Amino acid sequence: MSDPVTIIANWLEGLLLGWGLSPLLATIILNAIGILVMAALLLVLDIFLVWVERKVVARFQDRLGPNRLGPYGLIQPIADVIKLLIKEDITPRGADRLVYNLAPILTLATVLLLWAVIPIMPNVVGTDLNVGILYLVAVGAIATLAIIMAGWSSNNKYALLGAFRTVAQMISYEVPMVIALLIPVLLARSMGVSDIVYSQEVWYILVAPAAALIFLISSIAEIGRAPFDLVEAESEIVAGFHIEYTGMKFGLFYAGELLHALTIGALFAALFLGGWSGPGVQAVPVLGVFYLLIKAFFIYWVIMWIKYSLPRIRIDHMLNFNWKFLTPLALVLLLATAIADKALEGSTTVVYILVMLGLNIVLVLGALALARGYASKERQRVGEPKPVARPPQPTVIEQS
Amino acid sequence: MQTEQWLYIGVFLVLAPLLPAAAILIPRLIAPRKPNKIKQDTYECGMETVGETWIQFRVQYYIFALVFLIFDVELVFLYPWAVAFDVLPMFAVLEGVLFVAILIAGLVYAWRKGALEWR
Repeated sequence: MSDPVTIIANWLEGLLLGWGLSPLLATIILNAIGILVMAALLLVLDIFLVWVERKVVARFQDRLGPNRLGPYGLIQPIADVIKLLIKEDITPRGADRLVYNLAPILTLATVLLLWAVIPIMPNVVGTDLNVGILYLVAVGAIATLAIIMAGWSSNNKYALLGAFRTVAQMISYEVPMVIALLIPVLLARSMGVSDIVYSQEVWYILVAPAAALIFLISSIAEIGRAPFDLVEAESEIVAGFHIEYTGMKFGLFYAGELLHALTIGALFAALFLGGWSGPGVQAVPVLGVFYLLIKAFFIYWVIMWIKYSLPRIRIDHMLNFNWKFLTPLALVLLLATAIADKALEGSTTVVYILVMLGLNIVLVLGALALARGYASKERQRVGEPKPVARPPQPTVIEQS
Repeated sequence: MQTEQWLYIGVFLVLAPLLPAAAILIPRLIAPRKPNKIKQDTYECGMETVGETWIQFRVQYYIFALVFLIFDVELVFLYPWAVAFDVLPMFAVLEGVLFVAILIAGLVYAWRKGALEWR
């Protein structure tokens, strides 16, 4: 089965080797061309994500959104980019210049790096690492580091508070994410993202819906979007870690966040929704790109839906939710999945799916019942009248 | 095959920062640059900034980072176990379960010790 990307790559490789280049150099040049094309396409997509985001939030808030420049306001993001490019770039006094400039670059670069292992269509993937999932976790952690760098180097107290919150929040939420990622690895018996996509005859969202949900929640916390946007809480710490960034540097943080959300969508699609698979994809491999993008944009839309529907969570609630609910649930889920998978060896697919689905639902319902019990107790505790210091009541002297 | 894959990651690592770096360098050429004292002040909602920014911070953040580190490092050991799941007998699966149970015990310990409370 051949697709345009493979054909072009083979033709270019032949061309480069024909010029008498060494195979190593030819591979490097070929890789560089592929990477630059993919990164450029992603960045162009990123510019239009700004439009998508603004249009969708407008609809959620019963507004029209950008609609002046071009059809449906489609040229608006390009105007924004030009504006950001010609803005003066201000570096605050006392900032740690190297770290300050490196942080926005790292934010966007790590998101681009994530796409190295996401399979785009059958046989077309940046590179099919056999430790793909570990690579994703490792590279994703650099994005968190970039936010800490930005907050620390700005020489601003609000930014520093944002960086502190990053340490408590984003780092904590990586634990349930890593556990949730273990479950598709366990089901596919491989850490390669391509292998996970190929092994999904049945989408893993049917076999492990709870893991998918935990992955989605912890990823939203990882990218620091509402309801987990304490890192840049506008009403508390102004803009958090990027308060001192102007012009294109701010633009890079913004673009990085949007593209990261879409990348999480693509990852979710690859791990739980069958990636590029869909009807007719074996005959026409190019269709895979559209299936992947449709699934990724659907998850991106869900992330936006959550963002614009829920209020921000208080930090102690958020940490409790992570350490006392998500992490234990994910660990128990991992154990249950492992034992059930081993016990169901040799049973038919239908039985397997039904048992797994039932197990997930029972575990999630049980965890929710526990949480509800705790919540009602907590509500009672908070609702009780607190001891208040009152001035001593003056004794009323009865006059007779 | 292996080397080629990591070569790709290496090339990507070099190229990925270049595009955002270019986006920062272009304004250097075309944007105005008129720095002055007030413009470069730290923005703290119009108030003059008081004292040092890089202060000693609460140990609470550090404890969460420590708990994270323990969990993350231990969870990485479970990945090879998950990959080799096909060839594992039930006994080895239960050993993995024991490992996760120890992890849960650690979580319960941290919980009881109050390391997970936000104060």
